[in-house]
Amino acid sequence: MQLVFEKRKSVSRRAIVLVPILSFLVSLILTGFLLLIFNANPFRTFAAMFVGAFGSWSNFTETLVKAIPLMFTGLGVTIAFKLRFWNIGAEGQLTFGGVAAAWVALFWSPFLPDWSLLPMVMLVGMMAGAAWAGIPALLKTQLNVDETLVTLMLNYVAILFAEGLYYGAWRDPEGYGFPGTKQFPEAAWLPRFAGRAHVGLFIAIGIGLVLWVAMNRTKWGFELNMIGKNKKAARCLGVNVKRNIVVALLISGALSGLAGVSEVTAISHRLQQGLSMGYGYTAIIVAWLSQLNPIAGLFVAVLMAGLLVGGDQVQMMMGLPAAMGLVLQGMILFPMLAGSLFTEYRIKRINPKNSRVLPSEGEVSS
Amino acid sequence: METEKKPILEMRGITKRFPGVVANDHVDLELFSGEVLALLGENGAGKSSLMNVLAGLYRPDEGAIFIRGEKVQIDSPRDAMSLGIGMVHQNFMLVDTMTVAENIVLGLKSIKPIPDMRKISARIREISEHYNLQVDPGAYIWQLSVGEQQRVEILKQIYRGAEILILDEPTAVLTPQEAEELNKILHQMTGEGKSAIFITHKMEEVIDFSDWVRVLQLGKLVTVKRTSETNPQELARLMVGRDVLFRIDKTPAEPKEVILELEDVEANDEKGLPALRGLNLRVRRGEIVGIAGVAGNGQRELTEVITGLHKVLGGRIQINGKDMTNSSPLSIIRAGVSHIPSDRIAMGVVGDMSVANNLVMKGYRRTPITHSGLLDPRRILEFARKMIDVFKISTPTPGTHVKFLSGGNIQKTILAREIDSCGGVLIAAYPSRGLDVGATEAVRKEMVKQRDRGSGVLLVSEDLDELLSVADKIVVMFEGQVMGELDSSEADVGMLGLMMAGVHKEKAEKEYSGSNHATGV
Repeated sequence: MQLVFEKRKSVSRRAIVLVPILSFLVSLILTGFLLLIFNANPFRTFAAMFVGAFGSWSNFTETLVKAIPLMFTGLGVTIAFKLRFWNIGAEGQLTFGGVAAAWVALFWSPFLPDWSLLPMVMLVGMMAGAAWAGIPALLKTQLNVDETLVTLMLNYVAILFAEGLYYGAWRDPEGYGFPGTKQFPEAAWLPRFAGRAHVGLFIAIGIGLVLWVAMNRTKWGFELNMIGKNKKAARCLGVNVKRNIVVALLISGALSGLAGVSEVTAISHRLQQGLSMGYGYTAIIVAWLSQLNPIAGLFVAVLMAGLLVGGDQVQMMMGLPAAMGLVLQGMILFPMLAGSLFTEYRIKRINPKNSRVLPSEGEVSS
Repeated sequence: METEKKPILEMRGITKRFPGVVANDHVDLELFSGEVLALLGENGAGKSSLMNVLAGLYRPDEGAIFIRGEKVQIDSPRDAMSLGIGMVHQNFMLVDTMTVAENIVLGLKSIKPIPDMRKISARIREISEHYNLQVDPGAYIWQLSVGEQQRVEILKQIYRGAEILILDEPTAVLTPQEAEELNKILHQMTGEGKSAIFITHKMEEVIDFSDWVRVLQLGKLVTVKRTSETNPQELARLMVGRDVLFRIDKTPAEPKEVILELEDVEANDEKGLPALRGLNLRVRRGEIVGIAGVAGNGQRELTEVITGLHKVLGGRIQINGKDMTNSSPLSIIRAGVSHIPSDRIAMGVVGDMSVANNLVMKGYRRTPITHSGLLDPRRILEFARKMIDVFKISTPTPGTHVKFLSGGNIQKTILAREIDSCGGVLIAAYPSRGLDVGATEAVRKEMVKQRDRGSGVLLVSEDLDELLSVADKIVVMFEGQVMGELDSSEADVGMLGLMMAGVHKEKAEKEYSGSNHATGV
């Protein structure tokens, strides 16, 4: 008996749902082996991670705290990926958004009435994130510059720019040498509702829902889909490909910028070192694992945040590296990428006795 | 027959299955040395699959191959080559940026790390002189016409010692004159004991080129005939299992006002070389204007400047009386232009989206499909069901991704969308290329219907039969210019061939009446 891949006659909907779930399970198994090397019991470790992330109300709120920036960046990346525009610059867009938010919160507050400070902080932060994503979008559409490189490089520019500010010009003179700005005025704080969990959660969920409708039920979403799947055909059918790419990327960057805004206005209340814990990169996993579905993305963001928080917990409780959570995150991608094969192919058993079969390379031709 | 002559090649009971289809179902084939075998069949009949098995690209699920009576196993193109089997594919396998000589020896195991190109070129010249295949070994592929590129492919196979030459639809890209050249070359080769198999779905070529013909239908071998003992009508019947209409039923055209007009249009191709050189063209409501010409003479640029996909450098394009020169594709669509693009997979559909979605890719902008800003999935489905029904698109469900459909049904999907959204001008580029007889007929009939509804249709095609039967007027293009215009009821293949080779109408008429040689349709 022999196994071969066979092309399906249609895309399997079951596979679309099952592959991410199975990928997660496979990554658990793989990470389990890794844990064995560290002489840790995988079952106890995973249990501890789960309890650490979801075991109590306060743990859960911490998970939500980390889920919020992942939701924003994950949704942002989803829009770009829908166009097959490989925006891996969410980290930089988040950072730049945070920098702009700090600028408004720290320096505009004397000139603005209190009620308008927070909306202004958010608006400018989103515009900064949008601008940071707009650069690669313009370079791509006008000069055909590869977006992967530009978005990646701009991450470093934004991060080092922020560092330059909180180590230098914007550093709090009374901060005992801690790299960070002064605390923002309270009018620029995003309200919290439970522990450190803040209203950014509801904004993110709202955006997720709106985005689902926009992507699945509007002309705009229909055009994004066409462009992502066949740029040439989209152009032939009258879709303005360049403008759509730029607009989508501005929205993508604005959402990541909002992640930065919510981090500085709700969590740290200042721009400081450790603004992002790699949310912009984890966002890529969120987008893939949710199969570019914004609503699924919200849940996946919570799961990924749970891995981060759970990872911290196993470090404290079991003396394991906190990076275990990150390892798990990374491990999910491999089976996920491999598993997406099954949405279009299935495995077929054949009997080699009376036939010799090669996995077919193409369609049937005449 | 077999008693006097042993076949050089035998294929016995070849079966090749693909998911959901049996491409070849116990097919037998015999080829005698010094003869040409035609493999005739509709699209999807299994001709290419069978030849890909022989060329080592596919492995058969069942069956055996014998060369000179010995059983052989062909697992790769290299194996095929060492057995003297060479295939000239429909899409040439040449590297554009390399020379003819480099292409010919590319991938050969016997070539030294630093090949002696002078010796190789000399050998190539020798072969090309012998077979009258004029090609300069030092020329780059991108400099060559399609016909020349085909010669390079044939040279390549001979250089590599091919005794059995497989040609996959070799004449699809050639002018009638070039096809005649190819015929001569094949006969010279067979005269020297080589043999050839060629795939086609054109009956006339079978008669002109071959000694034997095998007809495939839906993966099965239907008939083996000596070419001298059959005729095109019989072959057509065997191929599709019914009598085919070669002529489309249509009433004479009733041309009305001009709806599409190009004046002195100039444009460059992608390499920046002139592709349209002061082209003038008029299409009236209620007529089909056919564009004849060998591929690469500006047809692609012509359709793309009209649809706004390609920049016009000089001249004017008027649609419905409005100047639309260098307008965006969307405003040209809004001005009433529909487009059936030449590359239906790359430009016409989004393969990873459903048939229903592909059908509304123009209609989604209109109110019934979109209302209060939102797309209505129910309306989309309703519309799709109607289109699937009217245009007889064969798909498992409206939700099936288009890429899982056959070429004919993909084309019907495009046709349905473009005809439904057509506002007076239909640009159809090679609309029946690669389709089987049934789908071809459906596509052609729809174009005539669209004409009768009062649209102006511009039909670009390389199939002269199609132009002669569907178009009302035929305009011949050569190197970005119009060589002349013929009424299709008066036009004939020989005349068109001369014009396609760059002879102006007036001169062609003189030459043609002088030679008095008709190829016939």
